[in-house]
Parts: sequence; C-alpha cells; structure tokens
Amino acid sequence: MPETPSGMAEQLLGFCEELRSEGVAIGTSEIQDAFRALEIVPWTSAVDFKESLATTVAKSPKDREIFDLVFDRHFFRATEEAALEYAPDGGEGTRARLSEEARDGLDMEALAEAIREAIEAGDESAMNELARLAIEAYGRQGESSGVVGVDMQRIRRGLGLSPSSDSQADGEGDPLDRDQIARFERQLRRELQRQQIQRQGQLPPARPLSELNRALPMRGAQDLAAVHKAVAQMKRRLATLGHDPRGAKRGRTVDVRRTMRSSLETGGVPLNLKYRPRRPRKPEIYVLCDVSTSVSSASTFFLSVLHALHDSFRKLRSFVFIERISEVTHVFEEERDFSAIAEKITSTGGVADVSGYTDYGRVWTEFLTDVSADLGPRSTVIVLGDARTNGRPPAEDVFARVADRANRTFWLNPEPELYWNYGDSVMSAYTPFCDGAFECWKTEHLERFVDVVASGKADAASSTQKYTSGHRY
Amino acid sequence: MAVTPRDLPDSPAEVADALRGASYLADDSTALIAFLAQRLGKPVLVEGPAGVGKTELAKALSRSTGRELVRLQCYEGLDEAKALYEWNYRKQLLQIQATATARAEDESGPVAMGEIFTAEFLLERPLMRAIASPDPVVLLIDEIDKTDQEFEAMLLELLSDFQITIPEMGRIGATTHPIVLLTSNNSRELTEALKRRCLYLWLDYPSREREVEIIRLHAPEIDERLAARLVEVVDMVRELDLKKPPSIAEAIDWARTLILMGVDDIDEKTFRESLSIIIKHRTDLDLVAEKIVPRLGQAANGSASGNGTG
Repeated sequence: MPETPSGMAEQLLGFCEELRSEGVAIGTSEIQDAFRALEIVPWTSAVDFKESLATTVAKSPKDREIFDLVFDRHFFRATEEAALEYAPDGGEGTRARLSEEARDGLDMEALAEAIREAIEAGDESAMNELARLAIEAYGRQGESSGVVGVDMQRIRRGLGLSPSSDSQADGEGDPLDRDQIARFERQLRRELQRQQIQRQGQLPPARPLSELNRALPMRGAQDLAAVHKAVAQMKRRLATLGHDPRGAKRGRTVDVRRTMRSSLETGGVPLNLKYRPRRPRKPEIYVLCDVSTSVSSASTFFLSVLHALHDSFRKLRSFVFIERISEVTHVFEEERDFSAIAEKITSTGGVADVSGYTDYGRVWTEFLTDVSADLGPRSTVIVLGDARTNGRPPAEDVFARVADRANRTFWLNPEPELYWNYGDSVMSAYTPFCDGAFECWKTEHLERFVDVVASGKADAASSTQKYTSGHRY
Repeated sequence: MAVTPRDLPDSPAEVADALRGASYLADDSTALIAFLAQRLGKPVLVEGPAGVGKTELAKALSRSTGRELVRLQCYEGLDEAKALYEWNYRKQLLQIQATATARAEDESGPVAMGEIFTAEFLLERPLMRAIASPDPVVLLIDEIDKTDQEFEAMLLELLSDFQITIPEMGRIGATTHPIVLLTSNNSRELTEALKRRCLYLWLDYPSREREVEIIRLHAPEIDERLAARLVEVVDMVRELDLKKPPSIAEAIDWARTLILMGVDDIDEKTFRESLSIIIKHRTDLDLVAEKIVPRLGQAANGSASGNGTG
C-alpha cells in the first residue's frame, strides 16, 4: 500500500471544508469513508484518486458538478503553493520552455486550427500545450494585461472560438460544442493563473465559486437546494396539521395480522384487538402559479418551489396561469431536470392567449368549474402570484368559493408587502379568504411561511401580517 | 465460473476484468466504485437515467463474484412485512393447537413462547435472506426512489450495520458481508441519511466507443462498421427530447435485429422498419420520424469519412 504523503490528510480535510463552504453537505462519516477508500486505492493515479473522493463525498449530480469545480480549484492551488515553496525564484525550471523557433514560427491561423483540432479530438495534453502556446503568442505581442479574465477574453476572441461561430464559418469540420470549448478554456484559464502566480510569487486569495458556476446543471434556479430544504420541512408540517380530527372510533380498522400475532400470547384466543395505526393522511395540494411577465423574475423562483414540492408530495397538482389556467402536473411527472421543466412550461403551457396579462377573475372561474369539484377537506390551495389584475375584475367572490371548498388556502406574493394594493394590485380583495398571505421572494420567506404553517397558529406570525377568515385550525 | 466468493479483489482493474468476464463493460469509475464497495463493505447507490445498465451491474457483479443475487424490487407501499420478514402466524396457530391437544393428555404445560418464535416460523423476505444467508450474496434494492421515505428510514439499520432486529428473537447480524447495490431513477431526492451511508455512482449513457464495444460484446456477429453506425444513430435519437430514450439493452436488441435482417447499413428504409425496437411511444415515433430520418443520409457520409481510421 502506498504511504499517504504527509500533509495529505490536511489537504483532504481542507478540500472537504471548502466543499462544505460551497454548500455540499459532507458528514464526518463520509470523510472517514474517503480516507478509508484512499487507503486501498493508489492515490498516485489521478483518476482513481478523484473518483474515490467523489464517490464518498459527492452524492448527487449537482454535488458532483460542484465537486469537480472545487477539486480543480483546490488541488491546482495546492500544487502551485508547493511549487512556489520549492522554487521561490519563479519556478522556471520545472516547466519546459518553448523553444525559440517554435515561438517565432507561431502563426495565429495555424494555431487556431491546431487548437480546433485538439478540442475536437478531446486531447487534454495537446490542449494544455496549445493553451500555453496561445498565451505565449499573445504575450509576445505585448498584450498581456495581467488580469486573467481580460486575457481570457482577448485570446478567445483572437482565436475565434465560440460555440456557434462555425455555422457561419467556412464549414470545415463539425461545429464544436460548448462543452468541448469549455474544456479548452479551463486549460487556458489555469495556465494564465499559473503564470500570474509565477509572476507575483504568491497565490491570489481563494474566491468562492460564482453563482453561474454552481448553477450549471439547472441554470436560472435560485438556489434550488435551499428551496428543496424548506419544502421538505413544509411537507412534514402540512401532513400532520390542520385536518379535521376524526371521530373517536371512525376509521379505526382492526389489523388482523397483528391481532392474530398477539393472540398467540393468549393461546390463540384473540383477546386484545390490534388496530391499524393511524397514519397522517397525505395532504392534497393544489398550487397555482402566476407565470406572467409582471412576475417573470419571481416565476423562476416559483417554478423551483413547484419543482421542490413535486419532489415531496405525491398528491400534488400544479397549475400555471396568465390569462387562463393550465394544469402542468404531467410536466413535472415526466421531467426531473429543472431547466427542461421551465422550458416546457413556458413553451407549451398554453396560458397566454391574447394579451399576456394576468386575468385573475377568469382564472378563478376556470379553476372553480374545472377543478374545484375535487377540492375537499384534505385539500390545501397555495397561490403564487402578485394579485395584479391589470384593471380586470378580481372576482373575489369566486375566489372565496374556491377557498371555501378547500381546507386551507395560502397566498404567496412575490412582491414586498409594502407594494401590495398599490397600482393594480388587489391583494386586499383576496386576503380575507386566505388562511395566510405572505410576501415570498427569497428562500428565507419560504422558510418563514413553513414556520408559520408549522406553528399551526395564525398569530404566531409576528413579523408577517396574517389575515384570517375563520378559525380553521 | 470458479470464483471463491470470499476473495476480495486487489485492484479496480481486477474488478473491471471480472465484470468483463460477466459480459459487462465497466468504465473506470464504475470498476473503481465496485472495487471500493467490496473492499470497504459499503453499499453503493447507483443513479442515472433509465436503461443505462444499473440493474445489469448488480447482476454482473453477482456473476463475476459467484455470489447469489438477492433482489428486492421496490414499489410504492412496500413495507417491512414484504421486505424484511413476517411471522408465519397460520403455522404458529396450528403448532399451538397441535401441541395443546397433544399436551392435554400428558399435562406438560402450555406452549412456551420460545417454541413458536423460532426461525422455523419466520418467513424470510429478501432483505432478511441477504443478511441471514450463510454464503455472501449480492443484494440489489431496485428503484429505491419508488418507496416512501419511511421505508428508507427502515433501511438505515440494515445498510450501516448489516443487521436486523426482530423483537421476539433479538438481533440477526450478517454472517458474511453482502455487496449491496441500490438503484434509483432519480424520480425524487433520497434522504441525506441514506446517501451518507452509501458510495455514490452516477451512471450515464456510455460514450460512443464504449457503446460500440458493448454492442459487439453482446452481438458478436455484427459488423464493426454497422455497430458504429448504429450507435451513432442511437446517440442522435437520445439527443432528442423523447419520453423514453432508447436504453443500452434496446440498442443491443436493435443490433441483433439488424443481423437477422441481414443489412449492412442503416438507411431510411431499414430504419423505418426496425424503428419500433428502440422507440416505444407514439409521440416519440413521430418526433424521430421527423427529426432523424432526414438526417440519416447526411450522417452516413459523415460516418463513412469518420470511420476511415477505425
């Protein structure tokens, strides 16, 4: 078994710490697993090392995405740090310099072509070499700005690398896809950073991953993980709260199997009846989500809430509306990927017919005729919308009938409470019929909503104003 | 296959070879994780789209290690009585009555509890079987995402300590260490607690080269060029937004079909005739007919030039 080099343990712990700071939940037991795995896997093989680490600490595709980014960043910094330590005079010796003639012979056209080929072939080592060449070439023209991002931009433009550029170009070769180019750019960035570190003789401060980086698999989602967490809490609360208590005996059924089992203690005579345990009934949830333009910034957030809800609840029906209402439950059942869902809903929702302005009155009427027959004492209706009717009648009486049929009704408004009832917002028309109305434009608000629902008491909402129509709890 | 079950592999490469021997081509990370699972004795959570060979991996592991495969297929509403164990109370009742009648004559006393709560009256369900088996097994818990979270919680004891507690009998621990695989189609998030106890493996559709290898392994009669062409088409189909993208198994079926049809290239006519092997949805059929069929001709040229090296 190869011996773990000294400092490796600290290195790994540091790495895990860094992952945690990026929001990957890693338990101590998982770190132990990682160490145990690395005891039996030769850490000298880069791939095995990385995969062993990944399988023990990154447990979802999203975590893996972050893992890869952090892994690159962390171990790149670690090696550079070591290099600085051992070669304080600039670290020139370790890396082979390009020969003079190779540098003189640099021809931008040929270079771009070579890079294109390397990218297409997916040859990492060639890409690395070429990235250095490209930097070299631009450095020679005295254009190095010393800022990694700026240099990146300039080199990229100089090489004419962009995912779609090939379609209008001369048509040679297959168009390069985004991923392939991204791989080359990673090499390029790394090489630029390396040179900068060499120049300055010190490491730049570690920066957290940018939002864009971490949102890679589900772009546009506002911290999906946090939403999922809040909704997971909500699930437990909603399941146990607010249902009408059942009659003392009603619904108790004898569990034959357990009765027979316990009868064995009395010689086969069933003296004690065993009942089936009362399980909290699963709530039926109806979510209505406004996706019109007035809430477009919020609707991504709302869609991610919907997405998370679908993870937690089986009996969930979701609807989106603008002018009309449309059920989108099936979209969530078919798709898991958030971006795919968002796209499907916006493209095929079929909710904006004429003007693209929200028509709450019509939405309530449609919802009442089509769906409300299914509403019952177990149903919870959650409306996500800004209550801006664009001057159309709010039809609060229809909404009242919907709220009446459902057990509970909540309204989450993406606008700060300050703006409610200004302009065409008719929030106050609806609030009397809701069990709760909340401002909700951040995950913290969602958590607060969960807390309020959880506490089971309307008055518990200290910071949020609460409107009640009747005592339903 | 003459493999003694107790042998643990020494390197990921060894696992990869063994899996290859069991007709499963594992990529590096799959082999590595299968290796770690055996050496560390940890369960593996395998996630990925449907049809990438998650279940097949468990079967191949079972074949390559010479262990029996115990499979628990999960579904909504699966409970302990069907997954773990159940007392065979009918048999217990009969036993009580039989002994009671017999003992009424010699007055040796009533039936003692210990007499009827024994292994004899226990109905073993898959999880129990995997734990209690004298020989090490491969335990496959298939489609764990279909069950409720309550069931996941019940699995925790089993997965971390490999033991089951039966109130009447005490703890039953595993005598041998099973290889445990859990598969999930990612239809819901699994709990953190469960994930923490597992190694994680994300299986995706294989790269084109690997899929060609897989197909040639399972349908050896196929011409190499045709296999490459087939994979190329399947890959194109997968890129569409389909209800059910073609799985690896279906690609293999398709390869076998093409062999039976005796064709050596996939042209429009062949494609239309054998389309139903890989596409199983009405709407998917329309989409593929619209998007893929016109591209067949042009892709053929591309593959011809691209295949010059291979």
